[in-house]
Amino acid sequence: MIKNVLKRILIAIPVLIGVVLIIFIMLRIVPGDPVTTMMGEHVNQAVIEKVSREMGLDQPLYVQFFKYVGNALKGDFGTSYRLNRNVTKIILDAFPNTVKLSVCAAVIAWLIGITAGIVAAINQNRLLDRLFMGGALAGVSMPVFMIALVLQYLFAFKFKWFPVSGYDSLACMILPAIALGWNSAGSIARMTRSNLVEVMQDDYIRTARAKGLMESGVIVGHALKNAMLPVVTMMALQISSMLSGAVLTESVFGIPGIGRLAVNAIENRDMPLLQGTVIFTTILVIIGNMIADMLYSVLDPRIREGA
Amino acid sequence: MNEELALQIKDLKSHFFTSKGVVPAVDGVSIDVPPGKIIGLVGESGCGKSMTAMSVMGLLRHPGRVVDGTILLEGRDITHLSRREQSKIRGNEISMIFQEPMTSLNPVYPVGKQVQEAILLHQNVTKEEAKERVIQIFKEVGIPEPEKRYRSFPHQLSGGLRQRVMIGMAMVCRPKVMIADEPTTALDVTIEAQILRLMKRLRDEQGTSIILITHNMGVVAEVCDYVYVMYAGNVMEQAETFELFERTQHPYTQGLLKSIPKLDRKEERLYTINGVVPNLLHLPKGCNFCNRCDQSVEKCFLEKPELYETGEGHKVRCFRYEGGVKG
Amino acid sequence: MGTDMKREESQNKVLEIADLKAAAFEDTAAQIGEEETWCDQVKKLVRQNKLAAFSAILIVVIILMAVFAPLVSPYDPYAQALKDRLLAPCSAHWLGTDELGRDMFSRIIYGARISLTIGLVPTLISMIIGTVLGLIAGYYGGKIDFAIMRMADVMLAFPSLLLAMVVMYTMGGGLVNIFIALSLVNWAGTARIVRAQTLSLKEAEYVEAARSIGVKSRTILLRHILPNCLPSLIVLFTLNIPSAILSESSLSFLGVGAQPPSASWGLAVVRGKKYLFTEPWLSIAPSIAIMIIVMAFNFLGDGLRDVLDPYLKEQ
Repeated sequence: MIKNVLKRILIAIPVLIGVVLIIFIMLRIVPGDPVTTMMGEHVNQAVIEKVSREMGLDQPLYVQFFKYVGNALKGDFGTSYRLNRNVTKIILDAFPNTVKLSVCAAVIAWLIGITAGIVAAINQNRLLDRLFMGGALAGVSMPVFMIALVLQYLFAFKFKWFPVSGYDSLACMILPAIALGWNSAGSIARMTRSNLVEVMQDDYIRTARAKGLMESGVIVGHALKNAMLPVVTMMALQISSMLSGAVLTESVFGIPGIGRLAVNAIENRDMPLLQGTVIFTTILVIIGNMIADMLYSVLDPRIREGA
Repeated sequence: MNEELALQIKDLKSHFFTSKGVVPAVDGVSIDVPPGKIIGLVGESGCGKSMTAMSVMGLLRHPGRVVDGTILLEGRDITHLSRREQSKIRGNEISMIFQEPMTSLNPVYPVGKQVQEAILLHQNVTKEEAKERVIQIFKEVGIPEPEKRYRSFPHQLSGGLRQRVMIGMAMVCRPKVMIADEPTTALDVTIEAQILRLMKRLRDEQGTSIILITHNMGVVAEVCDYVYVMYAGNVMEQAETFELFERTQHPYTQGLLKSIPKLDRKEERLYTINGVVPNLLHLPKGCNFCNRCDQSVEKCFLEKPELYETGEGHKVRCFRYEGGVKG
Repeated sequence: MGTDMKREESQNKVLEIADLKAAAFEDTAAQIGEEETWCDQVKKLVRQNKLAAFSAILIVVIILMAVFAPLVSPYDPYAQALKDRLLAPCSAHWLGTDELGRDMFSRIIYGARISLTIGLVPTLISMIIGTVLGLIAGYYGGKIDFAIMRMADVMLAFPSLLLAMVVMYTMGGGLVNIFIALSLVNWAGTARIVRAQTLSLKEAEYVEAARSIGVKSRTILLRHILPNCLPSLIVLFTLNIPSAILSESSLSFLGVGAQPPSASWGLAVVRGKKYLFTEPWLSIAPSIAIMIIVMAFNFLGDGLRDVLDPYLKEQ
């Protein structure tokens, strides 16, 4: 088990290095001088040179890279150019908001997705199944910002059930969380259904029936656990798309989370902040992938005990 | 008259309702299962033998359905029970084991738990008592180290052991009838012999009737008391095992027996029955076997033969025996 | 004489029976030997999945509308008329007018041009890149495979929107740059799938046979392996189009994509957002346009997958 964990960490390291390298290079091949791009065209040449020196941008690229990685390992992602604050601190301030939003969204997505998937699978090829699966595909097809805007218009503005924006109470989080979880709910429902339908064809399901279990017992006791195993892996993929979606949701509801930081960083041409947020979120995704992998091997005895 | 039969299947018809038409997978099959006997159900794949078993178990799922006939368990009609009543009988009074021991056990639960589940479903016992029963039945079916195996996952057991677990699961509630659907097909020959011996022992010690579904005439000869030969949804010939092998009458059965390799006969090539099993959607107008039969006459293509009695307990579905045994 | 007659009779009978047998046999054989052509597959799709067939028609209609946008749209989408600003939907302006008095309906029709091009072209480019890399990785294996697949791992680790945002930061906003960003970012998924299929096809007997008689690697890849990947690629293409469309609209919505006065739907949504509580149609109408086009491609791709490609279901 420990060997397994170490192996997965070992696999993740080169990916992590690749991620930092790509972001690093991409942000430095900006046409023209990076500092000029950040500060605008009409700034004194001397000021540009001074800032360039302060940020270490006058040094060769590889020196900059190793310095950056070295600092990043110590938890230092540099200083925001616009806000003049430590990027790590800014990120850690914004992070809890994104976490709150994503966790609420995930809970909603899982509850709706799994329930809908099971209901559809049980009623396979009947009206309810078609309805739920059509709905799920429609859900996947809606742009996050559309759901956010429609929810905001209807439930915050028209019916006044929830606040229009804000991020400090649970009530504020409900609409953004639904908006963010909507797409995931659709894909979880689709996956749950197709896995469950497939598992129900398996031989051990026949055995369970032959044993004398009622159909509900067969599904709950024997099919569900097998069907859910691949869905757990999907959790990892969901982290990535949720973080993408969080950028949009935070933007609509004015939640100062990581996504908002990234958008602001681009608007303000704040390169260190953008670099920090993207690398930070990508690390989250990689860690999420690792956890999902391990979870899968814990849940599936064939992998756990070594087949 | 039939009260003493453990299981009686009368004129069973099970059809599949597909988009291309109705498939008569089981088309009027009658089988008598006396207590404490092993009944062989033989035929090529797709002849309806598994479907017969699934019908008896009440395990047919959409688009398959029993359309006609009665199934009597010790004289009690179980054809028209509710789902709940059916599930009370299933695994308790009639149980079933399957061809694929590799995939017939749930991979995510220990095998002991899966057997224990069958006990807890049908008997009013505590978990501890059930667990003891599991370990006891593991011993009975010849699983070494039963306490340890109780906690094993299916992938940790060999095919033979898994089939023993399956048999244990099927036997744990002391059923009156056990249906074994090709229980040894996926196993190698030495394991096959062990499993067959185990089934004979269960018959002798517990008095359980067993319906053994197989396509292997060798297996039939070894363990069965009575044989039904099925082809395209019909019983073609039925007789006591010895009688069937001694006085084989139906051309299909003759073909089946001829296609077993024999050491004492030197033949260039093994006999094969011409052609393939007919598509059940497009059955011949006459005898289902007519297009492959090497003894067919014109009548075979025009009318369906019935089962003709040719000796004690020996019945044949072939026009050659319409007026009893000739020559 | 009598015996001759009898012999002839029995001979006839034998022939007759042989005929009957042959007829019965052919019947069975005909059932077994059915092969599917692509024409059958289209029929199957239409029969099995009405929604997918309807989506295909819808897509064709949208494409026609985009191509003939100048003929279809009632107004010039860029013509401002400040006295007519923020009109509610009416008979003259079906979807109202925006804050500069431009007709929303016309702008949405022109926006379809942008969304369709973004959906089709960068997706095609990224899939060509992915297919080539996947074929190479799967066929040659070893270090090349390792290098390509680790690169794919890295690309897949990024939240896609954020990576596209970084590219947009580097290159600046604008539609052309979205083109480049989406072409570069999305190849990794295709590469993975093509590689997996190449790996299994490489072991196929006909490929081994071709190799054993000395057919060149490039020929094997193009003649034997690529055609077998095509069904998956078609399905994948159909399903990647909507995600590219969503990416473009999201980038434009965030202000880092299309720039005014472009008719991009994403841009229209974010501009209309300011008027959400007073003129909701300004942001909702273009959102619905995005949803319809994305949904149509998703339903079509889903239907195609069921017909063409059981393999992709595992993904």
